Amino acid sequence: MEVEGEVELKELCRLEGHTDRVWSLAWNPAAGGDGVPAVLASCSGDKTVRIWRQNLAADSWDCTAVLDETHTRTVRSCAWSPSGRLLATASFDATTAIWENVGDDFECVSTLEGHENEVKSVSWNASGSLLATCSRDKSVWIWEVQSDGSEYDCVSVLQGHTQDVKMVQWHPVSDVLVSVSYDNSIKVWAEDGDIDDWRCVQTLEESSGGHTSTVWALSFNSNGDKMATCSDDLTLKIWDTSGSFQIIDDGHSPWRHICTLSGYHHRTLFSVDWSREGIIATGAADDAIRLFVEDKHSPIDRPSYKMILKKEKAHEMDVNAVRWNPKDPRLLASASDDGSIKIWQCSC
Amino acid sequence: MVSQLINANPVVYEIKDRPARVRQPAEEDEYGADPIDQQEIFDILSTVVVVRRLNHIRDIKDPEHPYTLEELKVVSEDAIDVDDKQSHVRVTFTPTVEHCSMATLIGLSIRVKLMRSLPSRFKVDIRVAPGTHATEDAVNKQLNDKERVAAALENPNLVDMVEGCLSKTYL
Repeated sequence: MEVEGEVELKELCRLEGHTDRVWSLAWNPAAGGDGVPAVLASCSGDKTVRIWRQNLAADSWDCTAVLDETHTRTVRSCAWSPSGRLLATASFDATTAIWENVGDDFECVSTLEGHENEVKSVSWNASGSLLATCSRDKSVWIWEVQSDGSEYDCVSVLQGHTQDVKMVQWHPVSDVLVSVSYDNSIKVWAEDGDIDDWRCVQTLEESSGGHTSTVWALSFNSNGDKMATCSDDLTLKIWDTSGSFQIIDDGHSPWRHICTLSGYHHRTLFSVDWSREGIIATGAADDAIRLFVEDKHSPIDRPSYKMILKKEKAHEMDVNAVRWNPKDPRLLASASDDGSIKIWQCSC
Repeated sequence: MVSQLINANPVVYEIKDRPARVRQPAEEDEYGADPIDQQEIFDILSTVVVVRRLNHIRDIKDPEHPYTLEELKVVSEDAIDVDDKQSHVRVTFTPTVEHCSMATLIGLSIRVKLMRSLPSRFKVDIRVAPGTHATEDAVNKQLNDKERVAAALENPNLVDMVEGCLSKTYL
């Protein structure tokens, strides 16, 4: 996108309610825009999930539901199904819960068990037919969603990472899954028709321009031809993910490193999110939020990125999550160790 | 639970006399603008104990020997870097022996102690002194991964061990 003039991140609202650090956020993809209130889910070390709804008349945000008494330990991450009807929550209690949203109520319709210990992340594929989870037990599980979303069959247990897996995220268009880990690597998984199972089709590690410490998070741009990853090595990396995995052949490297943004962050980057308009936001352990865009003067075959804003002291403590609203691409939510969530308006 | 005795006879150092700090009334106010320095951090950490669980038969009557981090010179004042303005603390600790299986527990206890004692604005990095532990990088990585630390602190057995290190009952 083109950025003209001063870029600003204005704090619209501070949402209080969690009694421990807030780990993760998810915007309901079916809500918001055109006079419809936006809906945000947040999860925390206080073992609960909170649902927040925009109050358009009062220009505020109301907590409409608290999902508790299901998870017995930290809820580390949450994700809405593409239809916005189901919310999946991953917990340190080794389970993933599926909640069905009926009106203002949320009912736990299924609990996915199988991981040996902490589940750290959960992600729905683009059609909502598959769910992926990952854990400190080093494995990534793929679940097939049955009928109405109340039954889940594990279709594959993927081993390959040598340490705990921090996050899983499906590609926004195709059924390709990415996992990032404490073992510093990024793994790409796809279904192999020949063996009728999923397998690792590419590993992006230090030798392929990858990270040198824990990879905490990843985000695709809207059409999925680029991916950003962020790490404890204090860098943000951009990858070309336009290559296809239709011909699966060992030694074939369809995805490649484009560039590394270093020198901007001085403490661990925990979260990255790519807006529909092309703004990359990061949340880090230095309490700041930064925004990056592709430099339009850089060559098309060798794009480079520049920082357009650094919001110091965005929170009082580490920023654990940053998420752009899918409907209103200038609306950003952030979550922190300070127990609060903030809603920001980006203007540029 | 750590049942293996790694270092049965650790060197115990004499505790140096330190001048008592003159506390201004303002210092009692936790929101006061009292700067936090090296000595303050050291005072916080010096009472953390390493509870040694011995499984040698001859020690069975006396299964636990608590020593403070100061007595074992695991933490010294020189190994603490404080930048109060930048709200940053770095503690470098020295495990008693190279293969000390207690290193992670010691590091975790240091982290919890500082988490409870310092204002939340502080960023704390904890490291094993270079060349003093066989799996230095692995220990450092684990101690500075806040997700792993958060998960560990939800584990009742581990919390008991940390509380053991932080309890002052041995005095």
